[in-house]
Amino acid sequence: MLRMGRRYDVVIVGGGNAALCASIEARRLGATVLILEAAPEAFRGGNSRHTRNVRYLHDGESNYLTGVYSEEEFYGDLLQVTGGKTNEALARLTIRESADLGVWMTENGIRWQGPLRGTLQLSRTNAFFLGGGKALVNTYYETARKLGIEAAYDSEVCDIVGADDGSWAVSVEHDGRREAIDATAIVLASGGFEANLDWLAEYWGAAAQNFAIRGTRFNRGGPLRTLLDQGAQAVGDPREYHAIAVDARGPQFDGGIVTRLDSIPFGIVVNKEGQRFSDEGSDFWPKRYASWGGLIARQPEQVAYSIVDAKKMRDFMPSLFPPIRSDSVRELAGTLKLDPEVLEGTVADFNAAVRAGTYDPTALDDCRTEGLEPAKSHWALPLDEPPFFAYPLRPGITFTYHGLKVSERAQVLGGDEEALTGVFAAGEIMAGNILGQGYLAGFGMTIGTVFGRIAGREAAKHARR
Amino acid sequence: MPAANLLDEVDRQLTVCNACRYCEGYCAVFPAMESRRSFEKDDLIYLANLCFDCRACFYACPYTPPHEYGVNIPEALAALRVETYAEYTGPRLLSRLFFGNRLLVGLTIAAAVLLVFGSVLVIQGGSVLFGERSGPGAFYTVIPHTAMVLPALALSAYWLAALGMGGLRFWRETRGSLAQMVDIGAFLRATRDAFGLVYLRGGGDGCNYPGAQPSQARRWFHQLVLYGVLLDLASTTLAAVYHNFLDREAPYAYLSLPVLLGTAGGVMIVVGVAGLLWQKRRADQAPANARMLQVDLAFLLLLLLTAGTGLALLSLRDTAAMGTLLTVHLGIVAALYLTLPYGKFAHVVYRYAALIKYQLEESHSSESG
Repeated sequence: MLRMGRRYDVVIVGGGNAALCASIEARRLGATVLILEAAPEAFRGGNSRHTRNVRYLHDGESNYLTGVYSEEEFYGDLLQVTGGKTNEALARLTIRESADLGVWMTENGIRWQGPLRGTLQLSRTNAFFLGGGKALVNTYYETARKLGIEAAYDSEVCDIVGADDGSWAVSVEHDGRREAIDATAIVLASGGFEANLDWLAEYWGAAAQNFAIRGTRFNRGGPLRTLLDQGAQAVGDPREYHAIAVDARGPQFDGGIVTRLDSIPFGIVVNKEGQRFSDEGSDFWPKRYASWGGLIARQPEQVAYSIVDAKKMRDFMPSLFPPIRSDSVRELAGTLKLDPEVLEGTVADFNAAVRAGTYDPTALDDCRTEGLEPAKSHWALPLDEPPFFAYPLRPGITFTYHGLKVSERAQVLGGDEEALTGVFAAGEIMAGNILGQGYLAGFGMTIGTVFGRIAGREAAKHARR
Repeated sequence: MPAANLLDEVDRQLTVCNACRYCEGYCAVFPAMESRRSFEKDDLIYLANLCFDCRACFYACPYTPPHEYGVNIPEALAALRVETYAEYTGPRLLSRLFFGNRLLVGLTIAAAVLLVFGSVLVIQGGSVLFGERSGPGAFYTVIPHTAMVLPALALSAYWLAALGMGGLRFWRETRGSLAQMVDIGAFLRATRDAFGLVYLRGGGDGCNYPGAQPSQARRWFHQLVLYGVLLDLASTTLAAVYHNFLDREAPYAYLSLPVLLGTAGGVMIVVGVAGLLWQKRRADQAPANARMLQVDLAFLLLLLLTAGTGLALLSLRDTAAMGTLLTVHLGIVAALYLTLPYGKFAHVVYRYAALIKYQLEESHSSESG
């Protein structure tokens, strides 16, 4: 598949949504395109494999979206989750350019799911593609194949070197050999570096070994590092990542959505020492769930336990692993290898602090603790109905924020704000420009698709000058 | 009873699905699954029979092998479906023996053809069997009408009883009540879904068969077979009316209604079955269950033989080959009827029952909000 030494107008580094959108757009403008995907074919698609929906601007209803989602509301939502850590020009560009995403995606083969059955209530702002991210990735690869785009799997880019004539030599490891491919323009769409535990350890030390990486194991950040080493300007705090609480029994890589646990607001969470360490009911779960990854990452051995009693066991989504079950808190502590005295004390203190109220999972209700540190502000009910259930938790990293600074034309910028000749970026590798912290459901796909298309277009224009 | 480890395996895989739910837009299996938190045997059997094997979920799933979760829903549910057929279809001794056993189906065909052919040869003699005759009543000089109709009725009663018993066992096992069985609304909606093959439509582009790319071909081939069989049923019924009430004897003219219906049905079956067989040869085996494939192939080949010999008989009925073709065709029809409950045809009963159950659950959940 991979023809070494050949020159392509556009070489796309990465094989997920942003890479595919870039390749399709570049090919449609007449460029010869090669996709270099580090993963084997069975695992192609990066973190896009695990996505499910895309958020985009729309001024009316469609078969799969209800209502209106305006630029101002969209930008407002973004400001709220990022706490202002965004580049307004790039953010507004992304939002405005997202207006035709539904049409564009449909034209390129994507099919949609009707209004959801209650798994998630996002049907006004987000459109759900049928079958989720792997189906989307499969569709785009087929569309790309029909357009004459070449794709090489098991092809990890290990170096990118500029030539005198302004073109680039892309060094690829394929079949155990290292070879070079010439490119007039490059699109970097190789994701973040969250699967590179050694890189994470630079900021997190030994704790990084206890992190689960929810998505692809192939986001090792090689191309990102290469560009940073060559003077590309960085954005995003390298220490920061999006992380949620996942079942500690899941795999270290590629566990996907199924290891996610939604039990936290329905009980208490204790650390290895049997102590509570954060407010389990501070706000609605969708707003808060992404804070738990970081909270657990700062606990001893990066582990915690969500404990729920019998009355709440049916109130959250079932997950991959069955809960650990015991008829008493004491016994449960034994199974979890926690100090039974301490755990019994934690539960007793919590139960004693709970103030009776009107339990209402749909509102910020008045069931809360009093005189307890940390408090549980809402949905606090005593843990008193055996059997008791526990889920072991650890941090599950979704993606990193650290990436390449880009222009509105998706050009990778150097330290002097000058664009690197013929180098463009799209997707997670540059999402930190727009998403400096937090997350909006389906917005990663928005950035990937919008900037994928821009990068593909600009790369093709650059190559065909 | 399905092996415990198969039930455990399907349970394990569906537990992954129920924590993911990305496939809920594809078919009825996933919404039905989502209304459950855990899966007992009856849930698993119901869900397995609700699956049309469209394979969309297999290609959409990020957890298929080589991923360590090893999810392969079409394969697992097909494995359980064959077990269901074998467990519920009566009598169990025969159903265990037959399912997935292509050799036994082949032997049954050979035995039935030899029996019919041999009986005619011995009783009627070679001059009748190999003689040339035409015009009304020609078939009945080879095999008297009563000798044709009585075994056919007996065999029909047999397969109906065997599958009916299976349907009742399935209904009881999946906790269906007698009152629900006659819920007209659910029955009609299930009929619409069954006869439209709606769950082979995928997202509008068809099912992921024979390979990863969606295609409508399988749905159309299957519709040809389904409506071809219905046309042949109509043809046979009409012929019985002609014979018993209008006093007209077969063979009928080429342009008579029974022959036109039968010919159209026969051609549709041949084309549809050939298409399905051709697709099976090309199909990606990763989401396929090996035992179900044997069951599919046995039934498709038998159906092809039935329609093929029927059409051959039609075109050569005025020649000396008529007697031979008639006995061979009737022998094959006898084998078809005998093995009908123990092959792929059984899916008609169990899939239908599962679709009705799904409609009952849907209307129940929409009533209760």
